[in-house]
Amino acid sequence: MAPPQSFLWSRRIFLSLLTLFVVLPVFVMVSSSLKPLQDVSGKFQWVPSGLTVRPYFDIWETVPLADYFVNSLVVAGSATVLSVVIAVFAAYAVSRYSFRGKRVFTVTVLSTQMFPGILFLLPLFLIYVNIGNATGIALFGSRAGLILTYLTFSLPFSIWMLIGYFDSVPRDLDEAAKVDGCGPLGALFRVIVPAAIPGIVAVAVYAFMTAWGEVLFASVMTNDATRTLAVGLQGYSTQNDVYWNQIMAASLVVSVPVVAGFLLLQRYLVTGLTAGAVK
Amino acid sequence: MTTTVAPGTGARTAPKDQPGAEPRRRRSGRLRRIGLPYLLLLPAVLLELLVHIVPMAIGIVVSFRELTQFYIRDWTTAPWAGLDNYALAVDFDAPVGEALLKSFVTTCVFTLISVALCWLIGTAAAVFMQENFRGRGFLRTLFLVPYALPVYAAVITWAFMFQRDNGLINHVIHDQLGLTDSPPFWLIGENSFVTLLVVAVWKGWPFAFLIMMAGLQNIPREIYEAAALDGAGVWQQIRRITLPSLRPVNQVLILVLFLWTFNDFNTPFVLFGKAAPESADLISIHIYQSSFQTWNFGTGSAMSVLLLLFLLVVTGLYLLLTSRGRKATDV
Repeated sequence: MAPPQSFLWSRRIFLSLLTLFVVLPVFVMVSSSLKPLQDVSGKFQWVPSGLTVRPYFDIWETVPLADYFVNSLVVAGSATVLSVVIAVFAAYAVSRYSFRGKRVFTVTVLSTQMFPGILFLLPLFLIYVNIGNATGIALFGSRAGLILTYLTFSLPFSIWMLIGYFDSVPRDLDEAAKVDGCGPLGALFRVIVPAAIPGIVAVAVYAFMTAWGEVLFASVMTNDATRTLAVGLQGYSTQNDVYWNQIMAASLVVSVPVVAGFLLLQRYLVTGLTAGAVK
Repeated sequence: MTTTVAPGTGARTAPKDQPGAEPRRRRSGRLRRIGLPYLLLLPAVLLELLVHIVPMAIGIVVSFRELTQFYIRDWTTAPWAGLDNYALAVDFDAPVGEALLKSFVTTCVFTLISVALCWLIGTAAAVFMQENFRGRGFLRTLFLVPYALPVYAAVITWAFMFQRDNGLINHVIHDQLGLTDSPPFWLIGENSFVTLLVVAVWKGWPFAFLIMMAGLQNIPREIYEAAALDGAGVWQQIRRITLPSLRPVNQVLILVLFLWTFNDFNTPFVLFGKAAPESADLISIHIYQSSFQTWNFGTGSAMSVLLLLFLLVVTGLYLLLTSRGRKATDV
């Protein structure tokens, strides 16, 4: 049965307006990144006076963008890998074993998700500074400190989602693996992990995006050598000029890896959310 | 469930049956069975302790102390302040308390409107895109772009669009449509609230869309077919089947949207910088300012603890009122 005209028209109008809303900033980002500086400094122009790719070369000179890129990549990459591994172990324990303190653990992990980041900023700052003073391990301002922080940002969500995912893998499968001579860890890696790949990919995508986009801790806890992209982009505004074309070019360059990765893996994210969070 | 195995039992009995290969094998098997879940949890627990639990405890301790920049090197020596920090934070007649209250109210209003809009747009888009049509796959991907873009890149672009002199927004509403006498300011003054809302909704609605689409996949097709046979039109199906079926998903989604929006720091920080305009002074930024700009960590911590209490109460009430919430925490 074909939907009535009223439905089709509502859908057309709504989706068109929404598309416009979504695309507008992307259009501005792309078009402005190709404009000469005088174009972005003056009145906004839908049609640029001349197209140029200069901003894409200048962005690497104006600020050490490549260094920030490496910092972001190392920090977000390490945080993602570690967070996924730790979450897989924890979720396996919760999903497959009953033990004392299980409820306390899950409730605590879940509730840390609701706390504002600002709550942890100051105490973490104090802890890192004091650990540094006491042991000489420089956590404050280092990549390690940032990795450690980001690790736990995505951890609660990852554990929660993976518990749901592991629960959906039939127990018979890992029982069978154990009968065939697998230890508990063998069953985890040979049976459960392969069956839960969509959930694990979804969790990894989420962890990477969280770390790649974080601003608050990156601004307070980094120094010149460890600055990430989130803070580095501010370098394109000087006292006299704001290089909007370079900011837009840099924003685009910074976004491409995550957006591409996300769109490539979004199928996993949707199925992951279905199994883990929605069910 | 757990009465038969107490943690540590294996370790305590371990030295007793030292001799003999047979008991040792049995013991190590039992030890593994008892200890393994804890071993698996250990990294997660340690990290949670270091980055969430201990900081929270320190935050609470600091909120009872007079912690200024002079005591940063060793915060344990900061003088005891008792409830002074809290008294200062909730004294709504004095400047500090008044500003906090105002920021809290702003955040509540902002969160309510933003969550409502994100939910509305996300749900409408998901419902409209439940049936297949030409270009659906492409649109679905496109709609996830705001979610995938790093916050700072997206928000900085919006900040550029809202510039008074060289932004797209003023070019359209002032130069092209002539709606205003002079180009308005968007990033300072009263308009900042609207600016923040637009950006937050742009960034936030795709998450609602994503969750709603996932929720829609779980509704069996047969229900729609049965309804269609009974003569229900598309609109009726949406009202009678789709929306009621989404209710359990809604309850989780709205809670998550609420917490994320209420705690959001990134969006206002990138949009306005360290000092947000008064009309858009969200609580996270406000506490950040109170702590790091004035170096008054004690008061900042007291504000954080108050915020935490508020969120705990609201979330607790919400979970109590929704049956799904009870299930969600009862993993």
